[in-house]
Amino acid sequence: MRPAHRVLIVFAITAGSFVLTFVDAARLRAQSESASADTARLVERLGLTDPVLFTEARYTRHPTQADLQSAFQDHPVAFEHFPTGSLVPPPAGILKAYENLDRKTEAPD
Amino acid sequence: MIELSQIRKAFNQGKHNEYWALSGIDLAIPENKVTALRGPSGSGKTTLLTILGCLARPTEGRVRFKGEDISGLPERFLTDIRRRSFGFIFQQFNLIRGLSAVENIILPAYPAGQPRKDLLLKAEALLADVALGHRRDAKVEWLSGGEQQRVAICRALINDPEILIADEPTANLDTKLSKEFLGILEKLADKGRTIVLTSHDPMVVDSDVVNFVVTLRDGRIVDEK
Amino acid sequence: MKIWIEKQKHLIDFTLASLARRKAKNLGLLFIYTLLVFVLASVALYTHALRTEAQKVLAGSPEIVLQRLVAGRHDLIPPGYLEQIGRIRGVQKMEGRLWGYYYDSVVKANYTFMAPRDLNIARGEIVVGPALERSRGLAAGNGISFRSYSGELHTFIVAEALPQASELVSADLVLMHEEDFRAFFKYPEGHWTDIAMSVANPQEVRNVALKLMTALPDSRPILRDEVLRTYASIFDWREGIMLALLSAAILAFGIFAWEKAAGLSAEEKREIGILKAIGWETGDVIKMKFWEGLLISLLAFLLGYVAAYLHVFHMDAIVFEPVLKGWAMLYPRFTLPPHIDGLQVATLFFFTVFPYTAAVLVPIWRAATTDPDTVMRG
Repeated sequence: MRPAHRVLIVFAITAGSFVLTFVDAARLRAQSESASADTARLVERLGLTDPVLFTEARYTRHPTQADLQSAFQDHPVAFEHFPTGSLVPPPAGILKAYENLDRKTEAPD
Repeated sequence: MIELSQIRKAFNQGKHNEYWALSGIDLAIPENKVTALRGPSGSGKTTLLTILGCLARPTEGRVRFKGEDISGLPERFLTDIRRRSFGFIFQQFNLIRGLSAVENIILPAYPAGQPRKDLLLKAEALLADVALGHRRDAKVEWLSGGEQQRVAICRALINDPEILIADEPTANLDTKLSKEFLGILEKLADKGRTIVLTSHDPMVVDSDVVNFVVTLRDGRIVDEK
Repeated sequence: MKIWIEKQKHLIDFTLASLARRKAKNLGLLFIYTLLVFVLASVALYTHALRTEAQKVLAGSPEIVLQRLVAGRHDLIPPGYLEQIGRIRGVQKMEGRLWGYYYDSVVKANYTFMAPRDLNIARGEIVVGPALERSRGLAAGNGISFRSYSGELHTFIVAEALPQASELVSADLVLMHEEDFRAFFKYPEGHWTDIAMSVANPQEVRNVALKLMTALPDSRPILRDEVLRTYASIFDWREGIMLALLSAAILAFGIFAWEKAAGLSAEEKREIGILKAIGWETGDVIKMKFWEGLLISLLAFLLGYVAAYLHVFHMDAIVFEPVLKGWAMLYPRFTLPPHIDGLQVATLFFFTVFPYTAAVLVPIWRAATTDPDTVMRG
């Protein structure tokens, strides 16, 4: 068979597989819809705030609930436990909570 | 067929090693005849051949092909003329390694977009003509010198050119193969093609196949017969 | 049109023969290139799908979680706090949450113990997360003992296990009755870990937070918005490992492209001269090289992407597992639904195919415009 034709067949197969991945993705998404909905309901009932992705250490289990200072950190917003510290940024808003310390008080000192 | 007037060609023009290979050539290549260019090395015969074959442009002078002035044409048109009307057989054969004989032969026809089937048939016919049909699928690096030259000849003929140009065709061949080459040349000449070749092999220049001999020395024509 | 197609096929024939001359090198190139695309695509697919799923399921988190801080550290909510909040307008519902961590030395894992308000768990019973079910071999009806931090041994009966499909959020949970929780941890009466609140009007959440901080100066409200934003930038390419990975990929890619663009070998130059001498135009030579660049990079992209898709969504991203898990002993087993960002795929395609193809063409430009007569002299 002519080389160009062989190559075109290879491409037809791989391009076809590529398109198929999107079809498969849609199928899997539809399948998981009910499970996702159940999980969301559980979150609401229990009032959960974080997925269970980082279970090595106390405060990384709930990264969004971490406070500004914790033991064994290098600096105020560092997560020093590997790999969490290199995968997740510090929680949004963690410094904002202390902004009010920088303002004038209502009553004079 | 091809007329050259006042052709001059320089290399490294403007630099300290400027060199004029041709200094004023007037030449008319007759149609349907075999013309041989001869002369010592450095006489400019290869340079003249490249200009005749539209592979290079002259520094000064005019080239007329079939009556039409082609000196000033842009590269695309020149390449088109070259592909359709000229066939080249290089001294080093210049076949593409890794490709088979038949694949090498059909290469010049690729840009025209003819169907592969037709090209393969044509190539096979040409190979049969030079008794090389059995080596159709052999990779060219495995062919002998004489076989490579025959493949080079077939490649030169794939587009049915009016003019064949050959540079020192027997330089890398022994006597027997040279004789065979002359035989092929005769067949082609009989079919009415215009052939221009360079050679300093007396066997070629003095043979009956050659109709017209042009002698060059130091970039000028010194003799024509 | 037919002639054009036939001509492209001729050029592809030649390109393939040209590549086949150094089969091992070119196959190696294709393999490494595909591997590069595989790693990048796997990372992109995994992180995007995880981010999307996390945000989806956390959409039901409490709007505000109020923590109390003492000397910069998280402390318990004392009695009386709840009453103070009750007076702030806009707070629709609020309840104290009771939760904490427990270290299980048997499997060397941390669990999250929780006493939910609305589930009916009998005293002496617990509901366990699916990962516990797996690691401690627990099923409904089994008993298990935990030694509390004060040294006492407490025994519980497993009432049920949470569904496996919810593992992403529930893997490490141990749910128990409030009194069991307080007894186990010696948690003082009337104290809570933090307070979960819902606000009637979503636009009002920030205002309520401000009011809370003013009314209770040692408190720290955590907004759901902030929770979602943290998970929106999880595994972001700007973070540690991801940045390292991306830099390595860019470097590898730069090496490829440089190698290609650095110039032609003498043999390749000679070949181009021959092609031009036998009647190929500059444009034909360039088109032929373009096919070479396109075929390799496009094939690398398609193969790499399909492999990445299968790896992430049908093999649970097995290659990344060690990196993601770290030294966590407990890890949720969850299958990510494929949320695919079309823009990411398109970007990957663009950066896979175009730079490489351009790099192949760069050295050709000069060579393809060479006068063919130099071939005669070669």
